[in-house]
Amino acid sequence: MSRELDGELGIDLIILGAGPAGMAAAVAARKLGLSVTVIDEQPTPGGQIWRAVDTIAATPHADILGVEYRKGAAAADAFRASGAVYEAGAQLWQIEPGSTSGFRAFVTRDGKAWTVTARAVLLATGAQERPVPFPGWTLPGVLTVGAAQILLKSARQIPAKPVVIAGCGPLPLLYATQLIAAGGQIAGFLDTSPPGRLGRALPHLTRALAKASDLWKGLGWMQTLRREGVPVIRHVAAIEALGNGRVERVYHRTHGGAEAMIAAETVFVHEGIVPNVHVAMSLGCAMAWKESQDCYVPVLDEFGETSLPGAFIAGDGAGIAGATAAGLRGEIAAIGIAAKLGALDAAEAAAKALPRRRQLERELALRPLLDAMFRPRAQVFAPADDTIVCRCEEVTAGTIRAQVKLGRPGPNQVKAFTRAGMGPCQGRQCGYTVTRVLAAAEGRPAAEVGFYRVRPPLKPVTLGELASLDTQRSLI
Amino acid sequence: MFRKLHEPTQTVTIHIGDVAVTAEAGETLAAVLLRQAEPWARVSPVSGAPRAPFCMMGVCFECLAEIEGLGAVQACLVQVSEGMRVRRLAERRELAQEVGS
Amino acid sequence: MTVERTCDVVVIGGGLHGLSAALHLARSGRRVIVLERWWVGRHASGASAAGVRTLNRDFAEMPIALEAIEMWHGIAKLVGDGCGFTAHGQIRVAERADQVAALEARAAEGRRRGYDNEEVIDRAELRRLVPAISPHCVAALIARRDGAADPHRTLKAFRLSCEAAGVEIIEGCGVTAIERKGSDWRVRAGDRAFITPAVVNAAGAWAGRIAAMIGDVIPLGHKASMMIVTERLAPWLDPVVSAVGRSLSFKQSDKGTLVIGGGLQGHADLDTLKSSVDFVALARGARAATELFPSVRDVRIVRAWTGMEAKTGDLLPVIGPSPGASGVYHAFGFSGHGFELVPVVGAILRDLIVDGATNRPIAALAPERLMTIKAAA
Repeated sequence: MSRELDGELGIDLIILGAGPAGMAAAVAARKLGLSVTVIDEQPTPGGQIWRAVDTIAATPHADILGVEYRKGAAAADAFRASGAVYEAGAQLWQIEPGSTSGFRAFVTRDGKAWTVTARAVLLATGAQERPVPFPGWTLPGVLTVGAAQILLKSARQIPAKPVVIAGCGPLPLLYATQLIAAGGQIAGFLDTSPPGRLGRALPHLTRALAKASDLWKGLGWMQTLRREGVPVIRHVAAIEALGNGRVERVYHRTHGGAEAMIAAETVFVHEGIVPNVHVAMSLGCAMAWKESQDCYVPVLDEFGETSLPGAFIAGDGAGIAGATAAGLRGEIAAIGIAAKLGALDAAEAAAKALPRRRQLERELALRPLLDAMFRPRAQVFAPADDTIVCRCEEVTAGTIRAQVKLGRPGPNQVKAFTRAGMGPCQGRQCGYTVTRVLAAAEGRPAAEVGFYRVRPPLKPVTLGELASLDTQRSLI
Repeated sequence: MFRKLHEPTQTVTIHIGDVAVTAEAGETLAAVLLRQAEPWARVSPVSGAPRAPFCMMGVCFECLAEIEGLGAVQACLVQVSEGMRVRRLAERRELAQEVGS
Repeated sequence: MTVERTCDVVVIGGGLHGLSAALHLARSGRRVIVLERWWVGRHASGASAAGVRTLNRDFAEMPIALEAIEMWHGIAKLVGDGCGFTAHGQIRVAERADQVAALEARAAEGRRRGYDNEEVIDRAELRRLVPAISPHCVAALIARRDGAADPHRTLKAFRLSCEAAGVEIIEGCGVTAIERKGSDWRVRAGDRAFITPAVVNAAGAWAGRIAAMIGDVIPLGHKASMMIVTERLAPWLDPVVSAVGRSLSFKQSDKGTLVIGGGLQGHADLDTLKSSVDFVALARGARAATELFPSVRDVRIVRAWTGMEAKTGDLLPVIGPSPGASGVYHAFGFSGHGFELVPVVGAILRDLIVDGATNRPIAALAPERLMTIKAAA
């Protein structure tokens, strides 16, 4: 939807997100002569993987976090020196295209709202953990593994008592080894990869060997757990968190039917990460359902431009690929944006992008193998009827399924009737589950069911903050 | 529920309700909440059940607390500062009724 | 091959007015089929602020609005559910002394016409009823039996009541043509067709297109009114509040959210169904809210949307038989204030279709007033 930008020319480029992709793009765009404003809601740069890298990387604490983490410090330094305007602690709650070209972003910080207009926008909003609903997941004490890692990185804190870690993929393993290195204790490592996964993954092995060193790293993590005597339970099919007002114990059951209860006050869960496409969806960028990854990915050209001219995506938000790939995609997008804005011609752009594309290809070599190996088990998308699916409004899977009796509703209809998706998180924690539950109940593919229509405000904004926009205008 | 690995050298004092709490300069409020005996930030406006930080990255909105009189701020996105006043959202937000005279 | 079904009434449009018509007609023994292009409540009904308001209505609508408010007070008897209806009054605030005279004139005119639903209240009474109102407000016009309901509960109740009364609701079924079949009508929806002696055009913002299918050229625009919903709060405000000279309608729902509307316009396209919020325009509504209720400055907006609804040239609905196409009845064009009229509109259509006429005063709402070309069916 288009509207006038009031004659404001604004700047060349807004970058949303100061993680690996956003920072690399800012540095590259500045080198190409573009004016850049970076908007990020965290108080310091680094995104999630390099959280608090400014303060932590130089300290001994960084040893726990590994060599990859320190790379973030160099990236943050280059970013701060790049000359990009850096709006830290600012939340974007709306972005809309102009009538003929360009974009207007609406931002708030400290109770004030303002707008930024630019000729192009790069979304580098990264990824989030895939929501995994299970009975008791709203209890205090249940966190994502990513959250646990952020606490380790930025606050240097670990669970006070032995923790249960439940999930699938490299991140729970990595965190478990970091936790042990920090002196923490694990009451149980529940591996939720279903049986037969390795077999499904083998076809991807040859391509993955291009990144063989990463594979070896992963195997090493599992050895560490075993060496430390961490109880590892494989092929866990179901978990529940139980307790009165907080987690007190965790129930689990394997595919084979073996059940047990572990006393714990914290449980960290993880079933992979998915691109954060919230802003892209609100802009109406074309999305494709990626069956092998059980999520939506934006449709992008070779520079990362979306179906909306002038709107680009880089980083994990374009597709999960890790920090190095994110930086490369950020640089490639900056080149594409510079070409689009006339600062580079097509031949120069292609030449600059080429070596980065080659590097990116190597980075992406491991992905199909990881996707196949760590594809979440079916139960993640088929919670029992009494499981809360929408955390904000406490709507259960059973309530969602009951809507199907009234026809073949899509997520937006279900939202209207059940309030699922109407809370502050706006479907970030329930959207995928609602889509999959409806798809299963209606016997049609998830891609056909679709996703909630994402509407602004993308982050809650107060009446006073919104009102302050009007006050500014009336002062002009 | 959580503990720090180190004794912070740079600390600030914040107030969670009536209780004075020592925190590390620059850490997020959500991290501090998770170290308290009561780790929750708010109660669900639907059922009244306590909710504590879940994602630590701004996509779950569980860690909403009242910070310096501003209601429903995501505690995982706010760094603590000296004298910060925090209130857990123990019930649905109440607005003032009498406004002046 | 087209499958043809017969019935007594086809209602085009599965919004609240269509459902109300269907319900009243089915309870009078008619076989009714509702044809809904998307899903029940998809557009105006599902985006409604659900104000149940007689306050400040155009006097042309007042008689039926006053009958409707009594029906709302017994809504559970009508549709088996309270619909979340509460009646704490609707209030129109004067912020400045020079606005008070207009309110008094309005109340006097109402009384002159025989309506006693509106009265002027002074600052003390205003502050007693709305303790959170900014102290600068000086007086107000109030309709004490007015209130608000829950739009989705209302939709659900009307739908379930329709189904219990034997109404057949077909969703995903958009009408593509209407033509004569003898003395009946054939209503086509893709490769389906319905033969009926009576058609109700309750197609909301698309009703002008339906009317054109039977030869009635009724100019119909649309509104793209924006709404804000906030986080849930403890109970704090009972009446629904508007203000003289402002585009503001302000209430607290039974869930505790603040629902703020008032007619500020966003953008909506009837064909692509794309709508968007114009936040720069909406900022004015937020400012009005914070100036009238200073304590809401820090309340979080969780959702904002733009709803598509029909708008007539005189902002009055079109209710009445088609002048040229006998057997077709119009009920559309509520111009952003149709919710309150829902229960009575169904009764009016029942009168027209079952009795052939109605005693309820709808002459001022006749389609002819907007039509410049009268065409034979």
